[in-house]
Amino acid sequence: MNYAFDFGWLLDYWPVLVKGIAVTLELTLVGGVLGVSLGVACAWARALGPGWLRPVVAAYVELIRNTPFLIQLFFIFFGLPALGVRMGELEAANLAMVINLGAYGCEIVRAGIQATPKGQFEAGASLGMSRIQTFWYVVLIPALQRIWPALSSQIVIVMLGSAAVSQIAAEDLTFAANFIQSRTFRAFETYFVATLIYLALAIALRQGLRGLGWTLFPKRTAR
Amino acid sequence: MNIRTFRRRSFLGLAAGALLAATQMPLPAAADALATIEASKVIRIAVPQDFPPFGTVGADMEPKGYDVDVAKLIAAKLGVKLELVPVTSANRIPYLQTNKVDLVISSLGKNPEREKVIDFSVAYAPFFNGVFGPADVAVKDAAGLAGKTVGVTRGAVEDLELTKIAPADTTIKRYEDNNGTISAFLSGQVDVIATGNVVAAAILARNPPKKPEIKFLIKNSPCFIGLNKNEPALLAKVDAIIGAAKKDGALDAISQKWLGAGLPADL
Repeated sequence: MNYAFDFGWLLDYWPVLVKGIAVTLELTLVGGVLGVSLGVACAWARALGPGWLRPVVAAYVELIRNTPFLIQLFFIFFGLPALGVRMGELEAANLAMVINLGAYGCEIVRAGIQATPKGQFEAGASLGMSRIQTFWYVVLIPALQRIWPALSSQIVIVMLGSAAVSQIAAEDLTFAANFIQSRTFRAFETYFVATLIYLALAIALRQGLRGLGWTLFPKRTAR
Repeated sequence: MNIRTFRRRSFLGLAAGALLAATQMPLPAAADALATIEASKVIRIAVPQDFPPFGTVGADMEPKGYDVDVAKLIAAKLGVKLELVPVTSANRIPYLQTNKVDLVISSLGKNPEREKVIDFSVAYAPFFNGVFGPADVAVKDAAGLAGKTVGVTRGAVEDLELTKIAPADTTIKRYEDNNGTISAFLSGQVDVIATGNVVAAAILARNPPKKPEIKFLIKNSPCFIGLNKNEPALLAKVDAIIGAAKKDGALDAISQKWLGAGLPADL
C-alpha cells in the first residue's frame, strides 16, 4: 500500500463540516419531535380513534413503511412541484423525515398501547377520569415508557437515514462529505472523518434520549 | 540533459520508430492520405459509440449521432464509401496514429498536448458549458446570477468554475449527478442550471415546458476533426467541406437535429 494519508484539507474545510453537522442535527431535532408527535397521534387514531380514521392511518403507515425513504424524498422534492407544491430542500427533507418517523413511530407506540391490559381502561373510568385523561395518564405515558428504547432506536435510525437528503442538495453532513470529497479527491480521509462524526452523533443522541427517558418517566425508569 | 545523451536518446527513438513503422503497413505518411482515399474509394472514420448525442449505437445496431452525420457528410462530399470505426475516447488518437482510420470525428477537443501529435481541422461542433435557463429569466453574465438559485452537478467542471465566478449572494445547489440537476431545473427548484450544451440538448429532447436557453458561456471547447500530421491535402479538403457545410446550412441542420440548437455564431 503506497497511499499517503493526508488530513490537511480539514484545515480548509472544517466550516463545511460544522455546517453539515448543524443541518443534520436540525433535521433530526425537527424530524424527531414532530415525527414522534405524529406517531403518537396516529397510534391513538389506529388503536382508539373513530372507525373511519383507522383505515386512513393504516394506509398511510403501510405506504410509508413499505417504500424507500429516498423515493419518498424525491417524490416530495421533485414530484410535488408538478402539482404546484414546491418547497425548498430543507423543508422537503424535514417533511419527509417527519412523515417517515411518524409511520414507524405509530407502529411502535401502538405496540405499547396494545400491551396495556384492558382492565386499566376500566380502572381509569371507575376512578372518574375522562376518556382523554384515561388515555393520557393510564395508557399513553406507561406505553411510551415501555417502548421508549425502541422509539429511541428509531430516532437514531432516522438521524442516520437523513444522509439521503444530500441527494436533493440539502447541505447535511453527508452532503458536506461528498462536497469535500469532490474538491479534494481524498475519499478515504473524508468518509473516515464523516463516519467518526456520525458515530459520535449517534452515540450522543442515544445517550441524550436515554436521559430524556429518565426525565420524562422518572418513577418507573429510575432503576 | 547534455547533448550526448540527447543524441543517444533521439537515435534510440528513431530506431524504435523505424522498427514500429516496419511492423505497421501501410505507413501514415507513406503516401498522400487523400490520394489513397480517392484511389481506394473508401474513407475510414473513427466515431464514438458511447457518447450521445455525438455517437451511439441505435436499436438497429446502426451508429448514429452528430459525429456520424458529419462523417457521412464528408464521405458524400468526397464521393467515397464510408467505413465507420467505433472508438472510445481513450483509443481514438492511437487509432489515428497507427493508421487504422483516416479521420477522427469523435467530439475531440483541441489542446496543446494533442496538437503535438495530430493535426486538427476547423471546428465542426459546438461543445461548451454555461448557464442555461428559461427565456423569462434575465441573466446575461455571472454578475446577473446575484440573488438567483443555480443548480449544478457536484464536482463537474462547471461547478468548480461557477463557484469562482458567481456573486456571493448566489445560492448554488449541488446535485449528485446530471439527472438530479435536470430534475431540479424541470421541477423549478432552481432558477437556472450550469451545465454542458449536451446536457441541455438532452433536456430539450424531452420537449419540456421549460426550455433551457444559453445565458452565458463558462467554458468553450468546440470539437475538431483529428487527422495525421503532414497531410496538407486531406486537411485542406476537410476544411473546405466543413466550411461549405457551414455556409449552406448542412452543418446547422445536423446541430439542430442532435443538439436542439443551431450552430453558435462564433463556430
